[in-house]
Amino acid sequence: MTREHEKIAPIAERVRALEQALSDQGLIPERFLERRVEQAEENFDWHNGARVVARAWVDPAFRKRLLEDGSSASAELGLRSTNEYLVVLENTPAEHNVIVCSQCSCTAWTVIGLPPDWYKSPEYRARVVREPRAVLRSLGLELPESVAVRVWDTSGETRYMVLPERPAGSDGWSEERLAAIVTRESLIGVARVEAK
Amino acid sequence: MDGIHDLGGMGGFGAVEIEPNEPRFHEPWEARAFALNALGIRIGAYNVHEYRHAVERLDPAHYLAASYYERWLTGVASLLVEKGVVIRAELERRAGGRFPLARPAARMTAEPVRESSAPRFAASDWVRVADHHPRGHTRAPRYVRGRRGQVLRVSRRFELPDLAGHALPAPLQATYHVEFAARELWTDSAEARDSVVVDLWERYLEPAP
Repeated sequence: MTREHEKIAPIAERVRALEQALSDQGLIPERFLERRVEQAEENFDWHNGARVVARAWVDPAFRKRLLEDGSSASAELGLRSTNEYLVVLENTPAEHNVIVCSQCSCTAWTVIGLPPDWYKSPEYRARVVREPRAVLRSLGLELPESVAVRVWDTSGETRYMVLPERPAGSDGWSEERLAAIVTRESLIGVARVEAK
Repeated sequence: MDGIHDLGGMGGFGAVEIEPNEPRFHEPWEARAFALNALGIRIGAYNVHEYRHAVERLDPAHYLAASYYERWLTGVASLLVEKGVVIRAELERRAGGRFPLARPAARMTAEPVRESSAPRFAASDWVRVADHHPRGHTRAPRYVRGRRGQVLRVSRRFELPDLAGHALPAPLQATYHVEFAARELWTDSAEARDSVVVDLWERYLEPAP
């Protein structure tokens, strides 16, 4: 029997209904949901990735360790995740890396944070594996033909982060100043970092 | 499952639009839905692979129309109903309207799968993705099935999602970062130098020297 004529409850009401049904059974430990949200707000933040990038730009030994083992190198900065295997992809004048998860929206939460809506959109997920240059161009990133584009589809359990190129004009900048010019988009690979 | 979630390469989609200074959550209910999934896993109702598969099982029209956290909430609620933790009629009564859920999972049975202590493939080996179309959960995207690529890196071993996604005993298997030339995947107009790297479990791959 089709129930299409019945009105779908507003999403906020559906969330509340599920939470109350669980709560009435005593299945939600005290402040569990609040703590999970606080944890997300404190730990899943792309500014962590910006710190990793800035360190890699000023410290060649760290950069080397980061490219060899992203998980253990980022742990040096206090960024730990029990189940993320982080692989860092270095952008160079000859190669541009860009990340997607075509089947859902897997992301390296500890360094990129919870992913933004555009990354989770069907538009990005469908198109970037097929026509990465067109997608990047539409976002303002024009890549010369001489640059090879590598799209990384997060289809398994590895999580990726892009190490963008350090911009010209940033010589001698402090690590903090460098971290402040890194953007979330550059950690995913849809933008360059500009010295500003 | 050859489902709506497997979007890679699908045509017909429009512009990607970035929202400047996007907040972590747009509405309080999004944060709540996010946390409810952690709860479902914490109380042992399901694992993360089952969660991913539950979202894949949303009705395709609902999948595309729903926002990210609506898909998320629907996956969580579907599993909690399927596992008998909550009752759908009760959710609908409390919500004051229809509560769409995912469509049922295919019935899968346990199967012996090789636990790979030593990886079968090495970096620079050529492999082909098996052209399988399982009715259950898998993480081999359609757009690489039957295609030939080269192993860039032998990654770590992880639980095979095809079994774990159905709460079946899942062995640890080697995974591989496999690079496919864009022209191998999209024969028409792809750029000669471009490529796509896909993270694949050993069982998805066949040797293709």
